[in-house]
Amino acid sequence: MNLVQTVPPPLTVPTRSSDATPADHPVCIDVKGMNFYYGAKRALDNINIGIPAKLVTAFIGPSGCGKSTFLRTLNRMNDIIAGIRVEGKVLIEGDDIYAPTTDVVALRRRVGMVFQKSNPFPKSIFENVAYGLRLNGMAASRADLQARVEESLRAAAIWDEVKDRLHDSALALSGGQQQRLCIARALAVKPEIVLMDEPASALDPIATQRIEELIYQLKTQYTIVIVTHNMQQAARVSDRTAFFWLGRLIEEGPTDRIFTNPQQKLTEDYVTGRFG
Amino acid sequence: MPDRMVPHFQEELEQLKTRLLEMGGLAEDRVRSALRGLVQRDAALVDRVLAGDGPINQLHIEVDGRCFKLLALHQPMAVDLRSIVAAVKINTDLERVGDLAINIAEAVRRYMRHPPVKELIDIPRMADIAQRMLRNALDAYVRRDLDLAQGVLNEDDTLDALKTQVFRELLTYMLQDPHTIEPSLDLILISRHLERIGDHATNVAEDVIFMVSAKDVRHHAGEVEA
Repeated sequence: MNLVQTVPPPLTVPTRSSDATPADHPVCIDVKGMNFYYGAKRALDNINIGIPAKLVTAFIGPSGCGKSTFLRTLNRMNDIIAGIRVEGKVLIEGDDIYAPTTDVVALRRRVGMVFQKSNPFPKSIFENVAYGLRLNGMAASRADLQARVEESLRAAAIWDEVKDRLHDSALALSGGQQQRLCIARALAVKPEIVLMDEPASALDPIATQRIEELIYQLKTQYTIVIVTHNMQQAARVSDRTAFFWLGRLIEEGPTDRIFTNPQQKLTEDYVTGRFG
Repeated sequence: MPDRMVPHFQEELEQLKTRLLEMGGLAEDRVRSALRGLVQRDAALVDRVLAGDGPINQLHIEVDGRCFKLLALHQPMAVDLRSIVAAVKINTDLERVGDLAINIAEAVRRYMRHPPVKELIDIPRMADIAQRMLRNALDAYVRRDLDLAQGVLNEDDTLDALKTQVFRELLTYMLQDPHTIEPSLDLILISRHLERIGDHATNVAEDVIFMVSAKDVRHHAGEVEA
């Protein structure tokens, strides 16, 4: 599990220096005063952030800074870990996802996720994408199912590579293709938000570039949040960047500003590699 | 794959190129107007040049901003890196050409207060060469054309020689009639500005050669290689 360091005393600097989110991209995910605990250990400390719709927001920070933990609070992926506790609010389009009435399955359909290691089901390429559609009763007919599978594979920019072998095993695909298949699978159920946890860290540079370009294209339709320990990747793909450090959100703002003129010394030290 | 993705970084490089060309077009146009103002003694045209350097200045800032952002966010390598560094430098040269057009227009304005010293022959010729050099340097930038860039470098000597010729010729007028000193000095200044425009075009051409071939040809740098 995550190695989380004990949270040090508060900084003298403000914990958040945010430029206003762009007017044409209203806040989609609004996090207010979030604390997150693994048992007695506080892993996230008073996180406040508004993640704008239909843009790419990247979380960066050193290992153990809480960025993955935070990402997983956004679709309650941490729920499966024993002894966790969440304080504060996460509002998605105004809905409090930690409210007792929340249907977690429905939540995860709204908020899809792609993981570091591609994890296709040991089934055919077609079935990998069709699975979620069937599970959610989203296909009206066989033809509809096929159309939706094709649409998702196209959206994930993998259709042309797999259209002639849809019924081959997904496990026969290359690592980069498997990851794009997983993105297609996530897109099939029409989420509003796609969370990506280090989606390209296990891929070679060419496959990485494809994933990055895909992310760039997907943002016209989806709100994307990506965790990456590769700062350059955050710089290349994201519109906004949030820097986490020891469980705290140090700074959040437009990516070009974070990488050219960060307001916090800690952010500057991190993006210039003067850390640790 | 038909869904082929053009990396958006490449798109942004293209946009950068378009902006620089736009700037080059504006700079060239302003030089042309200032010179037409001189030849046709058209005060209104010259005044328009004097009033209108806003768009070039805006592009100057915008292009620098784009380069800054591309360098910071994309960590370009090899030819991409050279293209962006070249763009930063070309940007400065083009902005200076815009400023020189203003300087020319100011000299023309002063010159027009006097009767013409002589028929203008070499100065319009210089203007043609300087504008051609600038245009070719920018074409070379767009087409990554080494031969065209080299051609720009070769033309610079002609421009320098014409400037010297203009100076000598006007010296004879000034010696004969002191009333021609003031307007002659303005013509000499104009020839000097045109020669400087040629120098900026030369800089652009050198940057293009560096961008395409990674060879630094400034200050005869290539000749010291063993």
